[in-house]
Amino acid sequence: MTATESSGDAPLLTCSGVSKSFGAVNALYKVDFEVKAGEVMALVGDNGAGKSTLIKGIVGIYPFDEGETTFAGKSVKIHGPKDAADLGIEVVYQDLALADNLDVVANMFLGREQKSRGILDEVTMEKRARETLESLKVTTLRSVRQTVAGLSGGQRQAVAVAKAVMWGDSKMVILDEPTAALGVAQTRQVLDMVARLAEQGYAVVLISHNLHDIFEVADRITVLRLGQQVAVMDRRSSTQQEVVHSITAGEMKHVPGMEGEVA
Amino acid sequence: MSDTPSPYDSDAVAASTSTPEDEIPGSPTSPRAAGFAAPTTGVGDYVRQRWEAVKAGELGALPIIFGLIVIVLIFGTLEDQFLTARNFTNVLLQMAPVAALAMGIVFILLIADGEVVSIDLSVAFVAAVGGVIMTLLQRPDDPGWPWWACILGALAVTTAIGLLHSLIITKLGVPSFITTLAGFLVWSGVVLWLTTRFSTAGTIRIQDERLVDIANNFLSEGVGWAIAIIVIVAYAINQTTTMRARQGRGLDTKPLAIVIAQIVGLAAVVLIATAVANSDRGVPQITITLGVFLLLWTFVTTRTAFGRHIYAVGGSPEATRRAGISVDNVRIAVFAINGFMAGVGGVILASRLRSVATNTGGGNLLLNVIAAAVIGGTSLFGGSGRVVSALYGALVITSIQNGMDLLGLNSGIKFIITGIVLLLAVMVDSVSKRRRAARGLT
Repeated sequence: MTATESSGDAPLLTCSGVSKSFGAVNALYKVDFEVKAGEVMALVGDNGAGKSTLIKGIVGIYPFDEGETTFAGKSVKIHGPKDAADLGIEVVYQDLALADNLDVVANMFLGREQKSRGILDEVTMEKRARETLESLKVTTLRSVRQTVAGLSGGQRQAVAVAKAVMWGDSKMVILDEPTAALGVAQTRQVLDMVARLAEQGYAVVLISHNLHDIFEVADRITVLRLGQQVAVMDRRSSTQQEVVHSITAGEMKHVPGMEGEVA
Repeated sequence: MSDTPSPYDSDAVAASTSTPEDEIPGSPTSPRAAGFAAPTTGVGDYVRQRWEAVKAGELGALPIIFGLIVIVLIFGTLEDQFLTARNFTNVLLQMAPVAALAMGIVFILLIADGEVVSIDLSVAFVAAVGGVIMTLLQRPDDPGWPWWACILGALAVTTAIGLLHSLIITKLGVPSFITTLAGFLVWSGVVLWLTTRFSTAGTIRIQDERLVDIANNFLSEGVGWAIAIIVIVAYAINQTTTMRARQGRGLDTKPLAIVIAQIVGLAAVVLIATAVANSDRGVPQITITLGVFLLLWTFVTTRTAFGRHIYAVGGSPEATRRAGISVDNVRIAVFAINGFMAGVGGVILASRLRSVATNTGGGNLLLNVIAAAVIGGTSLFGGSGRVVSALYGALVITSIQNGMDLLGLNSGIKFIITGIVLLLAVMVDSVSKRRRAARGLT
């Protein structure tokens, strides 16, 4: 895989020491996280470990309370999904965020419709949607004019991913549990697509509970536990047992409230 | 691609590719290996696809055609006056206020999101407020505004009412059902108060002839034919240019035979309707006004990004929000459009009756309007429907009212029949929605 060969490069996105608390709860505490262009970084952890909070912090839905975020070498402050999209960070959510009653093209261009003289340019949109799906080798759609409601889970996931990467300036794709609800063949399709994204040079963050999936496509694995980052592993030199151990009993580096903070 | 043992190796995949949607149509070596549909489909394929869609709950205009046939058969046999040119133009006049209001209601229904019903129960009385405002403004010397300013005044007030409702619904989170139920009382109160305050009898007459003409005048025979021809030619040009643009870029198109059949079908309906109307008093002017609004709102819903966002809100507000679209702004705009169309309906209503009175906007107008939108094929569950359905539905519901009036049925019987027709329409909507859901086609 070409993606692993580029792991010597500087990271595209780095979060250092980011924290987020909701009231008295430290949802994230001094977490370090990074992902490089062309690599698949898996983000794992038990329920409540802070995976979603970390993602929401990165895309600015719940901005971090403290810590530093750099993107493409520059320090950035992301205050909302718009900022993230401007940088080229796209998220494909677990529940997909597609409108069932719209067709594939309309969904892929939702909120970014192509117009000519103020009128929707359906022909251009349809062509571009097709090209993007073809570049991701999504070959199972009957028509890009069918409504999304009629698609299988894997096809919906493919449309959601294609929607995320269709924009020339997107550099990083975050996939939240992309295979959670899929059957065997469809999981296969989605994992192939994840690998293809990395091959095309995107930085890919893959959130998943399924270690089989992760060991299939990830280059590195970041483990969160109880809001802290407990391990970053290279997939090729780790075993599933080690990852499970980190998820359930990884050593916590910090004790919130007990460190050299202002008393 | 991976040296890690995996449950998804090629054997497992090969064994599980039997799901139909995972099959790849077409040969992998063909230039269209992506598996999308071929550029042009045959007539047979097209008809078969449409029939499949109908079976899956995409009924389109079928219930309307069926409904109109039933209406013509029943009332045509029971009452000689029903199928006459005179009565045809009467129906065109009578359906106008219902159709205008129902166009606004189509917008409101489109943004319902499955669980939360989106409705405007106040629309008939908001329309009445518009009619009263227009009538008050035209009273000679008091203040005696010109006819067009009276109309603009009425539209401004009803649009503002729509905006007010929308702000209560979006910013304060009061469900549209409750907001407009309150509006139902408030605006009927305003109508009652204004009409009794400015007249002792509770009826204010429209004296400006141009305002009366809006819903009571007819086009001359020649103008009627000219407009009919323009409509047919414009439709034909629009259909063929769309087709050519798609062909030019290598996208699939409807079969040419189907496009021609649609153009011929529209031409036949328009020409026959014009001939029948001209054999009586002519094509009503208000029919053309409705046609203009139909074109305007159809353009907005199908050709603009804003229209796309309306459907998106009705499909998934969450997806719309995540796409960076302000769902609240879409809702506000939709209620403002509905308020505007309520004003249009109010102007037509007042013009038709040549007056406004304490009971303007009351009776079964509200039910007829909502029934028209739903009968026309706009789903109560949101995200599905077309502006033209307001016209179809208004035609059906008005024909039923008209037929019952001609038969001289008891008012109670008329209410019962109207109620049953509304229920039937909603049942068709529910059943077809369930079929769509079962087939995965929403």
